[in-house]
Amino acid sequence: MGNEIDPLHRDAEHESAVGHVTGRALYVDDYEGPSNTLTASVLTSPHARARILKRSAEQALRLPGVAAVLFAADIPGSNRIGPIIHDEPLLAEEQVFAIGQSVALILADDAETGRQAARLIEIEYEELPAILSIAEAIRADSFSTEPHIIARGSVDEALEKAALLLEAEFTSGGQDHFYLETQSALALPKEQGGLLVLSSTQHPSEVQAMCAEVLGIGRHLITCEVPRMGGAFGGKESQATQYAALAALGALHTGRPVRMWLNRDQDMIWTGNRHPFYSRYRAGFDREGRILALDVEIYSDGGWTQDLSSPVLDRALFHLDNAYFIPDLRFRGQVARTNLASNTAFRGFGGPQGMVVIEDALHRAAERLGVDGAEIRRRNYYAKAPRNRCPYGQELKDIRLQRIHQELLISSDYEERRSEIDSFNDSQTWIKRGIAFCPVKFGISFTASMLNQAGALVLIYTDGTVQVNHGGTEMGQGLHTKMLAICAHELGLPLSAVRMMNTATDKVPNTSATAASSGSDLNGQAVRNACTELKERLREVAASMLGLSTTKAKDLQFSGGRIELPSGSGLDFPAVTHQAWLEQRSLAATGYYRTPDIHYDRAAGQGKPFHYFAYGAAVTELEINGLTGESRVRRVDILHDVGDSLLPSIDIGQIEGGFVQGLGWLTTEELLWDGSGQLLTHSPSTYKIPAAGDIPADFRVALLRDARQQEVIHGSKAVGEPPFMLAMSVVGAFRHAIRAFGSADRELELNVPITAEAVLRAVEEMRSIESCPEANSEVDSSSTTNVVAAP
Amino acid sequence: MPSLQFTLNGRLVVLDAISTNTTLLQYLRSSGHPGTKEGCAEGDCGACSVALLDSGPGDRPAWRAVNSCLIFLPMLNGREVWSVEGLASGDQLHPAQQALVQRLGSQCGYCTPGVVMSLFETCYRQDLDVDWKVDDQLCGNLCRCTGYRPIREAALSLAEAVPKDHFSERLQGPAAPCSPLHYDYQGQSYYCPNQLADLWQAMKAHPEARLIAGGTDLALTVTKHFQPLPQLISLEGLNCLRGTSKTDHGLRIGATTTLSQLEASAATELPLLARMLRFFASRQIKNRATVGGNLCNASPIGDLAPVLMALNAELVLLSDRGERRVPLDRFFLDYRHTALQPGEILAAVEVPRPGTDWRLGAYKVSKRRELDISAVCAGMAVQIDPKGTVVEARLCYGGMAATTRRATKTEEALRGRPWTLTEVEQAASLTAEDFAPINDQRGSQWFRATLARNLLIGFFHETREQSLRKLPERPSSTLVLS
Repeated sequence: MGNEIDPLHRDAEHESAVGHVTGRALYVDDYEGPSNTLTASVLTSPHARARILKRSAEQALRLPGVAAVLFAADIPGSNRIGPIIHDEPLLAEEQVFAIGQSVALILADDAETGRQAARLIEIEYEELPAILSIAEAIRADSFSTEPHIIARGSVDEALEKAALLLEAEFTSGGQDHFYLETQSALALPKEQGGLLVLSSTQHPSEVQAMCAEVLGIGRHLITCEVPRMGGAFGGKESQATQYAALAALGALHTGRPVRMWLNRDQDMIWTGNRHPFYSRYRAGFDREGRILALDVEIYSDGGWTQDLSSPVLDRALFHLDNAYFIPDLRFRGQVARTNLASNTAFRGFGGPQGMVVIEDALHRAAERLGVDGAEIRRRNYYAKAPRNRCPYGQELKDIRLQRIHQELLISSDYEERRSEIDSFNDSQTWIKRGIAFCPVKFGISFTASMLNQAGALVLIYTDGTVQVNHGGTEMGQGLHTKMLAICAHELGLPLSAVRMMNTATDKVPNTSATAASSGSDLNGQAVRNACTELKERLREVAASMLGLSTTKAKDLQFSGGRIELPSGSGLDFPAVTHQAWLEQRSLAATGYYRTPDIHYDRAAGQGKPFHYFAYGAAVTELEINGLTGESRVRRVDILHDVGDSLLPSIDIGQIEGGFVQGLGWLTTEELLWDGSGQLLTHSPSTYKIPAAGDIPADFRVALLRDARQQEVIHGSKAVGEPPFMLAMSVVGAFRHAIRAFGSADRELELNVPITAEAVLRAVEEMRSIESCPEANSEVDSSSTTNVVAAP
Repeated sequence: MPSLQFTLNGRLVVLDAISTNTTLLQYLRSSGHPGTKEGCAEGDCGACSVALLDSGPGDRPAWRAVNSCLIFLPMLNGREVWSVEGLASGDQLHPAQQALVQRLGSQCGYCTPGVVMSLFETCYRQDLDVDWKVDDQLCGNLCRCTGYRPIREAALSLAEAVPKDHFSERLQGPAAPCSPLHYDYQGQSYYCPNQLADLWQAMKAHPEARLIAGGTDLALTVTKHFQPLPQLISLEGLNCLRGTSKTDHGLRIGATTTLSQLEASAATELPLLARMLRFFASRQIKNRATVGGNLCNASPIGDLAPVLMALNAELVLLSDRGERRVPLDRFFLDYRHTALQPGEILAAVEVPRPGTDWRLGAYKVSKRRELDISAVCAGMAVQIDPKGTVVEARLCYGGMAATTRRATKTEEALRGRPWTLTEVEQAASLTAEDFAPINDQRGSQWFRATLARNLLIGFFHETREQSLRKLPERPSSTLVLS
């Protein structure tokens, strides 16, 4: 006894690892429903916008094995769902607004019957003009939000005085989540008119609430349970809801269990992506490359409903500064409404889309001024007051940028390698290399302040074993592993004595989505608070068993499966829990936590939206071929700040995985639509996420040492999203390599994703200019970049 | 009533009332094996991978990871399959599983069963001696969570030694080829003859039947387009169609030789072909896809055709009327249309060994290096006399037209001219006259046209010193220029 190692702050395996590798870990669609389970399928709109003139299921209903076909009119409660504004018809009403919008729900004995039924449903459409891009939306004044403006100082004046003025446009593409497990749900009718809904969702409380609203019943009749998700990345924050609600609707209507599962093509076409962004900016710099002023307009493609587009845009605005102090600024953002799938949360939640814009400005400024890319960033970092105030007024404390910068540049041999690469490039005609450094600062908290709350329920049984429930969901990020470690640490128990239960709304109610990288921060505190309360009760019981005074009882520690004094005298945990039961003391406790002191006034564009900031930086080296545009990342060095890591092995996994996902967004992942709004890249044969061969063989990831974060669970920091943006370092590396093909005066326009085709185009442009007259290399306020055609 | 039989996780499965179009994945998931997942139903993600006992080098048995989403149950008749559920014995994990657990090679765990099966194959392969083969082994398994580093490390550790267990013991035993089968179910039929005479008879009796071998493309008809394939005739049971053999002039490749079976002989006999195979599909696909399937499917973006065409391959076509030969550059008549007559099959491909006076290159450009479909692929062979004059040029492109085609005008411009950069650059501009490529999701017209030109220029640079350059371990490009 007493030999168990405290699981906190040390490497751990994933709590479900053995289940994963043996196939025993169950996902929603792996649950075998009762034999009368129906398969749901959805008939969706083939048009980007149309009026529905007729809908009839008469023929489909005659097909044997078809239990029901439901339209909007068959919904007993509200047909409108949505995470913030309920503007999304669960089933189409008078009009359809995007290809893939749900029109009819088919309930059949199996998927094949459902497909046959779908062919027999008659829907008559009258096609209407559709808006299929941000550019078209801007022209048509089609927006889903009012502009959100964050401003400070006198931008126009500052820009006028700047030694270097850049005017440019920048676009970033969308990104499919490509979680390996597509959207799925299983709805099971229960007694008293209730339903159990198994859902692959990041937000069981929202699934519960929306199911209740759609069905017109109280939330107490719905239990939503999440066994685990096969990946989510934001794609199941709001968009699992629709499919769970359809399954619930089918189950209530037929009285039979209903299974809903999207195949890959359906998932990719029907559900939304990372928001594509278009931005135009003016940036003013002094001669040393310090940014003086930034005037930016950003537009995201929200798709056909609001979903989470408004907060995604907010976060993009909040991250237009990335790691840099900007004295005078005007940031304006607006969500375009288009007739494409409704875009949604995706790791970074707009942050990456905002940050790539200022990074573009810094690249261009560094190239214009002949300043090294890492150096220009160093000169612009947030620092002591007054250079510590974010655009929205929050003051930065404990800024770790300078430290990370210095340590990473040394550990990655940045300067030496940069000069080696420059000589390599001089010696090569068709192969060029590039290296770049990029920092990341990322705000942690839901920007809608009330979402920053969490609950937990910890149950101790009289034999001293424990079940832990919390409001967070497991999507692979290791949240459950961390919560188990926190619970075992608090109660001083071996991990084998603690069991993580499926996330369920009947255990912890009214939860927030597991999102915004906040899962561990919020739920960890809630689990700890529940444990603290239980410990107080057990301490009293143990003290009385040991005959200790109240003062002495305070010295009792929970460790190694014992409740004992520092001297070692004490009791085994189960002896105390059993005694507690005998003494009629409760062995269950809820824990609750809310993040203190965060607020934001959207109208004023001012507040303290974040509890703290995560920091990190990456150096990426790559090689490109100037004849084909192909590339390979050769080496990546990352130094990332996760505070005092709860479980380093889990955090390293988040950093590596986040980086590679970011690499995909910036390079090979390209969403393409045809002229009718039909997605062309709806399966892995045409949509290319990184494969094993795309990662650098030399991939060095380190955690910032001695980085304890105040006021966060056990000194840790959030890690889910921030590392995604470390991949931005590839953009600078591409620019370095591409520019080696041409004269230094040539301005390089490089949007993302940087596909092989984009690289080849850029190289051909760089090369073609060599024969052109030299551009004016003198830096003055009149030199501006070429502005590409207006959208 | 005829039944089909196979061994799953060491236990015999006998089925006699199941559709011939049922995939192994569907069967597994509906028979209490939910560990195997569907991630795409097109062989592009690997979540459904299982292990199949197949013949490897020297016709010895070998464990092969395959996509269960693309295998119809009758294809398994007589064969041995293991799914993720069968690997551990009790609490004792298989080394492939243990390696992933230890290294945190799973996060969400959904791709993991498939990754495990690829690592399972890794354990029993003895030819994973270089880094690129590890990328090749793993590229058929997409993982969205981990960033692959721990999975690669697990694979590297497993490639070192073969575990001593019942799986390695099994490899000492006999191979388990598919057994002949004639299976009917509700108007569907599946024939797998083991003699040519039976094949001709079946083809006559069912002229509407589709021929199938690995099925890695044909199966998509069912799994992606939800169209039935009621009549199928498999060529997998015909031994005379499988395997490679050296001939006086080069290599003869049986039509149902899988791409992974081809790798070893290509490496020694036809290095140009081996080079293309590195960027050809995933391990799981290579373990099932056949040379004949890749050619007869006549896709303009099939990756074998340009290389084989550049090498002046000849096709041996067989029917009950006998044999005829067609040069590959006359085989493709139109988009997905070949010179095969009704009742005729592709039996073999004969590839002459190029002389030392030939310069050779094989290229593939796609969005992603591994497991992607070409924007443009090319096979190039140029014969140069001692004076440096081009005698013959065979510049074959995929992705540039409705079929794989030679760049005839460009070739003509090169013949009889000195093999110099100036001449090559001039000729390369003629690719614009040879081809009018299309815009699609894999690349724009501009991209394809530019690649067609640049690949030829790159070919010139690449082969300046050597007639055929070896690819480096982890090349940044299809062209070897540094």
